[in-house]
This record gives sequence, C-alpha cells and structure tokens, in this order.
Amino acid sequence: MIEQDLISKVVSLEDYSQKKFDTIIKVENLFAYFGELKALDNISLSIPKNSVTAIIGPSGCGKSTFLRCLNKMHQEIGGTTEGKIYYNGIDIENIDPVILRRNIGMVFQKPNPFPTMSIINNVVAGLKYNGVRDKKLLNEIAEICLKKVGLWEEVKDNLNRSGASLSGGQQQRLCIARTLTVNPEVILMDEPTSALDPIATTKIEDLIYELKKDYTIIIVTHNMQQAARVSDYTAFFYMGRLIEFSDTKKIFTNPSNKQTEEYISGRFG
Amino acid sequence: MEENIKKYKRKLIFRKLKSFFIMNLSFISALIAIVPLAFIFYYTVSKGISHLNIDFFIAMPKPVGESGGGMANAIVGTLILVGLGGLIGLPIGIMAGIYLAEFGNNKFAFLLRFMTDVLSGVPSIVVGVVAYTLVVIPMKHFSALAGGVALAILMIPTVTRTTEEMIRLVPHSYREAGLGLGIPKWKTSFFIVLRTAWKGIATGILLALSRAAGETAPLLFTALGNRFWSTDIFQPIASLTVYIYDYARAPFEDWNQQAWTAALVLILFISLFSIAFRIITKSKYKTNQ
Repeated sequence: MIEQDLISKVVSLEDYSQKKFDTIIKVENLFAYFGELKALDNISLSIPKNSVTAIIGPSGCGKSTFLRCLNKMHQEIGGTTEGKIYYNGIDIENIDPVILRRNIGMVFQKPNPFPTMSIINNVVAGLKYNGVRDKKLLNEIAEICLKKVGLWEEVKDNLNRSGASLSGGQQQRLCIARTLTVNPEVILMDEPTSALDPIATTKIEDLIYELKKDYTIIIVTHNMQQAARVSDYTAFFYMGRLIEFSDTKKIFTNPSNKQTEEYISGRFG
Repeated sequence: MEENIKKYKRKLIFRKLKSFFIMNLSFISALIAIVPLAFIFYYTVSKGISHLNIDFFIAMPKPVGESGGGMANAIVGTLILVGLGGLIGLPIGIMAGIYLAEFGNNKFAFLLRFMTDVLSGVPSIVVGVVAYTLVVIPMKHFSALAGGVALAILMIPTVTRTTEEMIRLVPHSYREAGLGLGIPKWKTSFFIVLRTAWKGIATGILLALSRAAGETAPLLFTALGNRFWSTDIFQPIASLTVYIYDYARAPFEDWNQQAWTAALVLILFISLFSIAFRIITKSKYKTNQ
C-alpha cells in the first residue's frame, strides 16, 4: 500500500530542482564541528514541505549531527556550526532555540519518556512547562495526540501509570505524541525504530506515513529498506559530505553517484 | 579426550571454590561493617533505657543536685538548630549542585568543585570557629542562628556534591527530550532533570541533616547551650549533643545516665526521621528503567 502510493507520487529530480514544492528548510553551505573535528562538510540542500526525507549513510557520516543542527541541538552539546539554515525563509540564527524547537520537534533513537511522570504528564510535559495550565485543555490535547499516534486505545485506562511501564514501541509512540502536542511543523527523527522490534517498527513507519499529511518529517535511518519504504526523498551522507540527494525512487533504483550505488547495494558501510 | 575432560573438571571445581570463597568473604565483611552499629545500639539502649520516660521529653533539666527531669529544651533546640541549618544550607547546596552539574564546564566550576571537596574535609570544630567569627562576634552573643549557620556550612558540601552527582547520573536523553520540546533550559533542569534525580538527592539531604543533628563541636561556641527553655533564634539554645557532652563529663551518676538517654533519643530521632523522610520523598514511579 505504502510502496504503491510512493511510486504513484514519484516526481523527477528536475521538478524538484525547479522548486515546484514549498521549501520548509533550506540549508546552505553548512559546516559543523565538534571542537576541531569536522563533522559536516559543506552541506546544501532543501527540504520540501509535507514530505518525508530520509537521511542514510554509514555510522559516523554526520547524519545525526545534520539533524541536530536543524533544531540547534548540536550547540547544546558544545558543537559549533558555520553556514546558513533557513526555516520558512528565516535564518535560524535569528530564532530563539526554545521557539525553534517548538516548531521543529525531535524524536530520539532510544524512547525517552520522563521516568518520574505518568503517561498523561509525559504527553503534556511540553505544554505544561511552556505555561499551559488549563487541565481540561491539556487532557484534550493529550487525547488528540495519543489518538494520532494510535496509542489512545492502549493507554486510555492507565493514563496515570508511569511512562516507563510501557513497552519500547509504545514508549516511542508516546514520545512522538509528546512531540506533537507542541504543534511543530517539522519533526526530526533520529533512528526512531533502531531500538524496536519489527512489529513496533511497522507501526512507527505507518505512523510516519500518516503524519506526513500534516507535518514535514526528516528521518535518519540505518535501515535502507525503511528509507525506501517511508521516504519521498533521500539524502546519502558519507564522511560528513552530502553525496547525493534526490527522490527516493531514483536513489534506490538509479543513483547517479557511484558511492551511493555501492552503499545501497551493500558493498560498503 | 579423557585427559581434557578431567582437566576441565578440575578447573571447574577450582572456579567454584574461588566463587564460594569470594562470596563468603564479602558476606563476612558486610557483617563486620555492621558490628559497630550493633554495639552502638546495644550500649545506648541498655544504658539509656532506664531513664527513658515521658518526663525526658516534656520536662526541663533539674538544677544540680536534684535527680530526674528531662531535656525538652534540648530536643526542641536540636530540632530548631537542624531546621535552621537546613533552611540555610539545603537551598544553597542544591542550587550549587545544579550549577555544577548543568553549567559547570568552566574553570570557575572546577575551582568550586575542588573547594567544596576541601570544605567537606574541614574539621567541624573549625567550621564552628568560622561561624563564631562570622555570627557570634558581630552579634556580640551566642545564638541558635550562629549554630544554624555552622551546621549549614557543614551540610553544603555533602548536599552540593550529591546533587551534582545525581544530576549527572540522569541520562542526557531526558535533558534533550525536554529541550527538544521547546522547554527553556532552566525549566528542563528544574522540572525534568532535578525531578528524575530527586530520589538520590533526597538521600544526600537526609545524610546531611542526620550528620548535622549529631554535631557537637561546632555548636559549643555558637549555640553554646542553654539550661532554660528558649526558642528564640537570637539567643543561646540547648541541643542534645551539647547536653551529651556536658552530662557525660559531669561528676554526677544521674547526669551520666541522662547522657546515655540523650544519646538514645538522638539515635531514635535520626532513625525515625530517616524512615519518615524516605516515605515522604518516595517517588510514585521507579526512577531507574
């Protein structure tokens, strides 16, 4: 179902380069460093709105760093960047990190519900600590977001249990619901299924497909099948450089770069 | 082949012996570690129980020569002193710990950490002298406040370092989850990280308060002691530990007995307090996943 739809939606690279789509994030000549170490080397790309963009590449190629630059999380752990990132045309240098992160949410590799909070408090944490006090409103938003991630039926009777009591897959969906509550436009996902079993992974992938209608999703993944299944566009990173960026079908069937082809076919990485 | 199996079996027996030996050695060490505690309990209970009656908690000390009486003023005095110490020391210690853990990647923090460690090694009597200079001399008389300041100085390093260590133990992913939701950094530190680390910090607080309740030396020339009822923090105040010190040295049999009872009461108080504190601060959910 997903794949069929994906094929019907295929657009050529030319269409893309002519900017027939709204660009939500535009990266220009981005360099990122950890101290002296260069993690990203001159990355330029544009992320189209309401699409899923997958970032693939071998370990240590800068995928996660790239993702973390987009919501200024890279600077949080002492990293530095050069170059420009535009979000809806605004240089993110000029956007306060707190505001930026409400617009560009993030889901992490390991499900990380807050261990000392109940399920319901986990979901609304982002709102609560941003000043929303109205209990009724919080509960309503929590229900909407839990329904969006398909967790409502599973947890509606146990909303006061610890978030950590859920299974790994449920925890990850809880974390996605938590991200949705602050109503972001973009959701960054850093290997969201790498700690999950195949069934939980399928659920998350279906969810990504659903969320695409309302959100722009950028997903880092080690799993190339996953990239092929869920994404519209794929970027291949290698050694901190962007080797190839084009629509997913092209990358996986007819990559223009030799390195991409070798990585896709499993010859290195 | 036979040879190999034999060799393997011998090895296995040797391994099991080693395991048995180490396990028992650690068990015996654990036993030895609690022996002093058992002795303390045994002596204080056996010697102190005879004078432990309701009077001890509600009556005032009797004048020299008269037997009986209690230490109501000292019990209240210890509570006030520890309360004052906590009121001053805990917020400073916790905030300093948060600073060191969350923002402490600079030279100043390194220096601060080092000085906190030095402070925790300073003898308590020296801390008493400092409080004497800082509070008693300017005020021109001994006071409960001076005692509280001395106890606070003793609490700060313990609380600071436990808070820092416990916050550092909180996985970075929780901090990032908070920041990723667009929660401001200070709110993430307070409402998410601190909350996750709270159980460990509570243990540190407990330790600091218990230790403060048992301090004598820094109180000798700050809170001084008082044979009369007083809850005024600007006046000298009685405390159980100073009473133990005075009564144990006194040449009266009855006073020596009362010193044992005071020691028993102090230990009971600290134990009860520990249990109550643990129940109160018990988290609804498990902190460790």
